[in-house]
Amino acid sequence: MGNLFKIAIRNLLRYKRRTLLTASLITVGVVFVLVFISVSGSFKNMMVGSITDSMLGHMQVHKKGYVASIENLPLNLNLNPGAVTRLENVLDKELEIMAYSPRIKFGGMFSNFMETTNIRLNGIYPEKELKTVPLLASRVIDGKKVLDKGGIWIPELLAKGMKVKVGDTIVVVATNKDGSVNGKQFVVAGVLESATGPGGRDGYVHMEDAMEVLRMEGMEISEVAIRLKDFGKLNAFSKKLAGLLSKEPGKEGKPIFEVHTWEKLTPFYNIARMIDVMTFFIKLMLIAIVLISIMNVMIMAVYERIREIGTIAAIGTLPAKILNMFVIEGFCLGIVGAIIGNIAGIVIIFILNLSKITFNFGQQQGLILQANVNPADIIAISVTVIIVSVIASLQPAFKASRMEPIKALRHV
Amino acid sequence: MPLIIAENVQKDYQAGEITVKALKGLSFEIEPASFVSFVGPSGSGKTTLLNLIGCLDKPTVGKLTVSATDVLHLDRKQSASFRGANIGFIFQDFNLLPILTVYENIEYPLLMVQSAPASERKKRVTALLEAVGMIEQKDKYPDQISGGQKQRVAVARALVTNPKLVLADEPTANLDHKTAYMVIELMKKMRDEFKTTFIFSTHDQKIVGEAEILYTLEDGELTGRQVRGGKGNG
Repeated sequence: MGNLFKIAIRNLLRYKRRTLLTASLITVGVVFVLVFISVSGSFKNMMVGSITDSMLGHMQVHKKGYVASIENLPLNLNLNPGAVTRLENVLDKELEIMAYSPRIKFGGMFSNFMETTNIRLNGIYPEKELKTVPLLASRVIDGKKVLDKGGIWIPELLAKGMKVKVGDTIVVVATNKDGSVNGKQFVVAGVLESATGPGGRDGYVHMEDAMEVLRMEGMEISEVAIRLKDFGKLNAFSKKLAGLLSKEPGKEGKPIFEVHTWEKLTPFYNIARMIDVMTFFIKLMLIAIVLISIMNVMIMAVYERIREIGTIAAIGTLPAKILNMFVIEGFCLGIVGAIIGNIAGIVIIFILNLSKITFNFGQQQGLILQANVNPADIIAISVTVIIVSVIASLQPAFKASRMEPIKALRHV
Repeated sequence: MPLIIAENVQKDYQAGEITVKALKGLSFEIEPASFVSFVGPSGSGKTTLLNLIGCLDKPTVGKLTVSATDVLHLDRKQSASFRGANIGFIFQDFNLLPILTVYENIEYPLLMVQSAPASERKKRVTALLEAVGMIEQKDKYPDQISGGQKQRVAVARALVTNPKLVLADEPTANLDHKTAYMVIELMKKMRDEFKTTFIFSTHDQKIVGEAEILYTLEDGELTGRQVRGGKGNG
């Protein structure tokens, strides 16, 4: 086998310019794919992280039917205190869960005593919420990063629009599930940076204040946000939790809980999917580049070496060995292209990171692009290039191996 | 027992709708260690006959036995193996592999066809390099040596597997007379040394005289056979 490699490499070096061009084409393809995958993957991961770690959590549990009406924030579809206790009993036993946070979500009127506007609010236990969505505190751009009773965190746009600043007193008026209206004064404790995604423009109050505004006697929560220790186990744990909660039926024997991962709760998931689809097509382009360039160069190689093929066949070289010679040439081209492409790709990504390129995502400005190279991507790209190189060489190699020596020797 | 037995060997080619009879029922026998030449003008069927003997092609009609093997029934792979084990080839255009050195060209059949061990390869190749007087040029590439030297390398390559038969189609056609004569002498010397049967085709009358057995071909038919002494008695 070593001799076949030696012959293949010498044949490649025989046409240096052509080999260089083909290897360069593969290299450019590999670099393009690697950089694209790293940048788009990093962008995707950053956005997913931003959404899950500052708003949604990794997954959420609601009363069955709540998510279908989530835009209305229906208080009559909140979990009752008994269901909340049962849910917490289940969650407390699961070791995969790092933290969870119950929330009451409701809409109300926000008044600065001169003007009134709408607001969506989350009643939370701040300690639990910050453990579940740790980036929430970093969104407090003005004021305290701790939310005490009587305080309210309001979204940045609302603060600007209503000309409200930290320390001002405001009033929140809300209608409870029975239709009665109640109001409560709050002191603005912080202003939240707006974020893209569901809940990105919500305000926050303490759970007990929310219960007071809504005149709840017991804690009737809208959702429980959950943070896992390992985000990679999200789908597996989601299935497990859904199975566990299906064993907690309501009075009529029907399930009362529904479990949703972050993908089901935000339209950004479609953008993430779109990035995956684009990555897939970019990979297809790489495959096409490698396939066409290697096939082209190997067809040329076979055509130019017909007499040599005739000679080695006449001497007694078996067809399988002739086939191997050409396949190995394609294989070597693929290896060289993959190695140089990966090295060049890593260098370019390193330079991109050093350049600290910034971009905007929705309301978030000046995000720094931090592309990461995933070893699994390098392996996947390299293996793809090498396999495609071998496949592309097969047809010309097969043709060479099937050549009649007598005809090949006559070739001019 | 004769090394080659041809019985009523016929070869037809199809050229459009016309069937060309390249060989018209040849019968002959060639004994081992012979030094045989097929002579005749262009188109007389010399190359076609050598291709049949060399298992590069098959007769349309007739029986051809080479080294006790009926070559008509060999498939593609068997033909290749048979050639690798029994036949050496010397080509008019030398056909050395340009990416290999002189040494590697000679070594090629042992390495890629017979998978001989390294020690045996070295011994055989070195012996042949010395025999053909190319030991000094062993590290040169084909484009760095003369036509005569290339044909010497081709002779060594043909002999390196110790074949029973070496076929040379117009081996001197691209050489000047002096070099051509030297190559024929070398082939004769190799025959004497390795007891290999040499069959070559030529239309060069000056070289023809070197053959010990001379077959004349005209229009696909054997028209003459001369024995000029030497070891062959076919």
